[in-house]
Amino acid sequence: MTATPSSARFVNIGERTNVTGSARFKKLIMAGDYPTAIEVARQQVENGAQVIDVNMDEGLLDAVEAMTTYLKLIAAEPDIARVPIMIDSSKWDVIEAGMKCVSGKPIVNSISMKEGEEQFLEQARKCMAYGAAVVVMAFDETGQADTRERKVEICKRAYKLLTGIGFPPEDIIFDPNVFAVATGIEEHDRYALDFIEAVKEIREACPHVHFSGGLSNLSFSFRGNETVRRAMHSVFLYYAIPAGLDMAIVNAGQLDVYDQIDPVLREACEDVILMRQPKEGDQTATERLIELAESFKGQDKTQEKAAQEWRGWEPVKRIEHALVKGIDAHIVEDTEEARQAIFERGGRPIEVIEGPLMDGMNVVGDLFGSGKMFLPQVVKSARVMKKAVAHLIPFIEAEKAEGAKAKGRIIMATVKGDVHDIGKNIVGVVLQCNGYEVIDLGVMVPWSTILETAQKEDVDIIGLSGLITPSLDEMVTVAEEMQRADMQIPLLIGGATTSKVHTALRIDPAYNGAVIHVLDASRAVGVASQLLSDTQASGYIESVAIDYEKVREAREGKGKKDVLPLAEARANAFKPDFADKAPAPVEPGLHVFEDWDLADLRETFDWTPFFRAWELAGTYPSILEDDVVGESARNLFADAQKMLDQIIEEKWLTARGVCSFWECHGDGDDILLADGTRLPMLRQQFQKSRGRANFCLSDFVDPAGDWLGGFAVGIHGIDPHIARFKEAHDDYSDILLKALADRFAEAFAERLHQHVRTTLWGYAPGEQLTNEALIREQYRGIRPAPGYPACPDHSLKPILFDLLKAQDNAGITLTESQAMLPTSAVSGFYFAHPESQYFGVARIGRDQLEDYARRRGVDLATAERWLRPNLD
Amino acid sequence: MSARETFLAEAAKRILITDGAFGTEIQSWKLQEEDYAGNLGLSHEQKGNNDILALTKPEVPEAIHRAYFEAGADIAETNTFSANRISQADYGAEHLVREINIESAGAARRVADEFQAKDGRPRFVAGAIGPTNKTLSLSPDVNDPGYREIDWDTLVDVYKEQAAALVEGGADFILIETVFDTLNAKAGIMAVKQLEADLGRDVPIMLSMTLTDLSGRNLSGHTVEAFWHAVRHAKPVTIGLNCSFGATQLRPHVKTLSEIADTLIMIYPNAGLPNELGAYDEVPDTTAGFVKEWAEAGQVNVLGGCCGSTPAHIAAMAKAVQGIAPRKIPTLEPMTRLAGLEPFIMAA
Repeated sequence: MTATPSSARFVNIGERTNVTGSARFKKLIMAGDYPTAIEVARQQVENGAQVIDVNMDEGLLDAVEAMTTYLKLIAAEPDIARVPIMIDSSKWDVIEAGMKCVSGKPIVNSISMKEGEEQFLEQARKCMAYGAAVVVMAFDETGQADTRERKVEICKRAYKLLTGIGFPPEDIIFDPNVFAVATGIEEHDRYALDFIEAVKEIREACPHVHFSGGLSNLSFSFRGNETVRRAMHSVFLYYAIPAGLDMAIVNAGQLDVYDQIDPVLREACEDVILMRQPKEGDQTATERLIELAESFKGQDKTQEKAAQEWRGWEPVKRIEHALVKGIDAHIVEDTEEARQAIFERGGRPIEVIEGPLMDGMNVVGDLFGSGKMFLPQVVKSARVMKKAVAHLIPFIEAEKAEGAKAKGRIIMATVKGDVHDIGKNIVGVVLQCNGYEVIDLGVMVPWSTILETAQKEDVDIIGLSGLITPSLDEMVTVAEEMQRADMQIPLLIGGATTSKVHTALRIDPAYNGAVIHVLDASRAVGVASQLLSDTQASGYIESVAIDYEKVREAREGKGKKDVLPLAEARANAFKPDFADKAPAPVEPGLHVFEDWDLADLRETFDWTPFFRAWELAGTYPSILEDDVVGESARNLFADAQKMLDQIIEEKWLTARGVCSFWECHGDGDDILLADGTRLPMLRQQFQKSRGRANFCLSDFVDPAGDWLGGFAVGIHGIDPHIARFKEAHDDYSDILLKALADRFAEAFAERLHQHVRTTLWGYAPGEQLTNEALIREQYRGIRPAPGYPACPDHSLKPILFDLLKAQDNAGITLTESQAMLPTSAVSGFYFAHPESQYFGVARIGRDQLEDYARRRGVDLATAERWLRPNLD
Repeated sequence: MSARETFLAEAAKRILITDGAFGTEIQSWKLQEEDYAGNLGLSHEQKGNNDILALTKPEVPEAIHRAYFEAGADIAETNTFSANRISQADYGAEHLVREINIESAGAARRVADEFQAKDGRPRFVAGAIGPTNKTLSLSPDVNDPGYREIDWDTLVDVYKEQAAALVEGGADFILIETVFDTLNAKAGIMAVKQLEADLGRDVPIMLSMTLTDLSGRNLSGHTVEAFWHAVRHAKPVTIGLNCSFGATQLRPHVKTLSEIADTLIMIYPNAGLPNELGAYDEVPDTTAGFVKEWAEAGQVNVLGGCCGSTPAHIAAMAKAVQGIAPRKIPTLEPMTRLAGLEPFIMAA
């Protein structure tokens, strides 16, 4: 950090970023070559300019546009933006536009009384409101001050006016006008001396003010002779600074040290500036300097080499330097040089990325991580990286036959419930810069959208971001859902509240694919490139896995104290009033539904998730009237209705389901069915706040005897239709049908549950609920599914399916990871007690794991595998 | 006396206490979607939109204000961090911005007045303005570093709408907090200046920067000193730091700021650093112990809490700093204090 602020008695203001003062800069700006124009500013700061003057006053330019463009670009260059900006224009609208882009405290250059007091004060007030210091030109209604008297008079008047409106006197900088000397016109001879003397006098009269001047005017008659101009400037400063001049607009790289100026030249300059008669000869001071100037022509250029020293380094070092400094001027040639070197020793173009470029980015990442570089610079470095990669892509693609993989496709999403996206956007651009295709899903993205997109777009990596604490849980959910969907691709975790420890403890275990915590944006590329590298991926994934395993081991001891001993959790079990328990089912036994009426299910649709699946945010039915998505929602809804008509009329799909009820009783944390089947359940084991129980599903079942239900429903027949759409390349209908099939499955589960409550079990025969109330689950009883929070063990599903003979009765099978086929299917248990409720088991202790494995009759490793998300 | 004068008079007597976190307190109410959404008929999910509770569940923020005043706070910060047009647009609630701010400030005002009436001690309401999730200084597109997602004039209008509603609802101050982009803060200052011109009276500003790295810079890259230079024209009634890290990590930056700022210093840190699971577990006495050191060193005028802090933290702080003399506002030499990302001073 900067321990002491930079301060100075004399301030160099860089003037090369001024279209009126630099022909080269003007040419660059006119040509729209902003990258090179930015390098001009960088060079000024490297050469010691403490403030940068930016001026775009050129008749053929849209100065407002040029000023704001340039200032915004500078803001992205921390090497430049570290110094204050001087917004220089004779047009007020350009100045005001500039102040809207500058984040520190700038200097406005300039305002004056040229158009009268009223406008002068109005502009001064605005400078105060924007928070800027101001240069006041010695200019009034009658013109520019030339003599010493006029300079003093105007500045005193301006000082009085400004301090009168509360303008801080220390924020006033007078420019009493530096004019050209040695022009051959006799009345110009006094200009330098008048300036110096006026400064002295104003300083006495106006406490705390500063003085500035544009030096290049002084030597205007010696254009093209840099040696003489430099000498004149140095000599002028040598005398003006003691008088009070404390700022000058000057090319900082072109100031000579007074003592090192050729003595003859120096004396000639002094004669001109101080209006002295040369000691020897009868020439005037001006004549003598003009004569002498001839012999100093063409002596420049040597110094400019110094700043370019790094250009002589090894290509690898040059690439690193360019990345760290964010300089893209030479990156293509340097990259090409590195590529050729690698090619000559038999290497592949991709190695330039994996070698020097990644090494450079890692340096950037380390500097960023340790606070020595900050974000805008990293983004800048990424841009250099992109240029290098863009150069390499054709070479990489040319040898694609050899299996090179230059880029990958990455999903970026801020998880549901979180609206913070700055970090995610930055990671996105950094990745894009490096040749990755980024699919940005935006903010508040539900897992379903992430997974759907991942599958639809065949992505290589999913990146999740979040800033608020609850997002951590959502990330685990995404990981769990990725696992549920049997995905394999790597999952990247990033964002302010994420950590390696949380990733290792909570997210990594939830997903069998690689899960990598990415500390910051600058590391994203390194991680992605290793994950997608043909040669490095497996080694990298393994090293991360080992690392995370160590984190888990280290945490194991610590984690335990957060979990209650199982006995204590059991002592805090939920105790419903079993006097209220449901009666025995009206129609016990197994009920098979070969073909539930699709038209009936259609009435029970919960449409909101359907729209969410299409990335249309909003709640049905109000979504149809939404200002933003309303029209798309209406169109989609209309298409869905049309397809539903067809599905029902042409009988595309068949809703098959089964449910059953079993006599049982609660047995500790198990539910023991009358036929001897034991259904072990898991109990919440984390410390509950006052009055809350540690829930277990068995709590809802009376140990003295009770009933439990179960069900499985599935939607069959989709495959031939999907095949038909695929053949017609009709993605829209394909997705529409799948989404509708899911709605049918959910609606079937809802409808069947209702039928169970009112008729089959019949404990709520009079229930009258609207569809909205159904969707909000405002009914008595729950239907938790194995694999969901209240019953996290997926492996109970085969037991449930055996009890239901679900394969025979409903045509539903399970994959080895207990996913249901057909895909649109729902299963679960029915609990009827009025106090039964959904909850999440969350983290459990080793004691419960061991106990559970025993009750389930499986070995510890198997139990651990199924319950890993609930273990730390 | 104006609110500014009363505040300065109270701050000369003792270290004042502002409140603590809202988010964590709201979480403990375990509100559901319908609590947030109420009967507003909004098309987006509202869960997590804490600011909208002013309209749908006003008893929640009121109870939290009450808890903080009971813990000893002198200042209530309104529950309006995201109650601006940009942030509310994510919830489809941008048309409710004015109403949310008026109601939030009104509720805080009522509770503040109620406590003031009880014991005669002045209580203040700071209308909180968050940074929005758009930044004036950074481009979200690396290929186009000159691009900005939002422009100055738009952001000034967004802030002004919120500030005007907060003042209308009864806020004494406008607290521009969690400043990650200094230019955003400057736009906020401009909005308040315009509001002052419209109202024809002083609307005192409080400013609070948040650091994003341990070297002491915010996201736009400004050091603490550069930030102070860039916003000093606001003549803020307080300047300070919030959120960022815990009190321990803030220490060097509090010291720096207290030496250079010729106004009151207000610091409200997080309750430590979040643990690996994202929770704050620094106990009240620990946080209070840290801030007490600043108080004893004469570096602070107003203390409070940010993320993870609770009424218990605020009570512990109030107790810890009771009787300790407040920092004296230094008189600064007139010098030209400029800033890029780093400060630059010209002796005058």
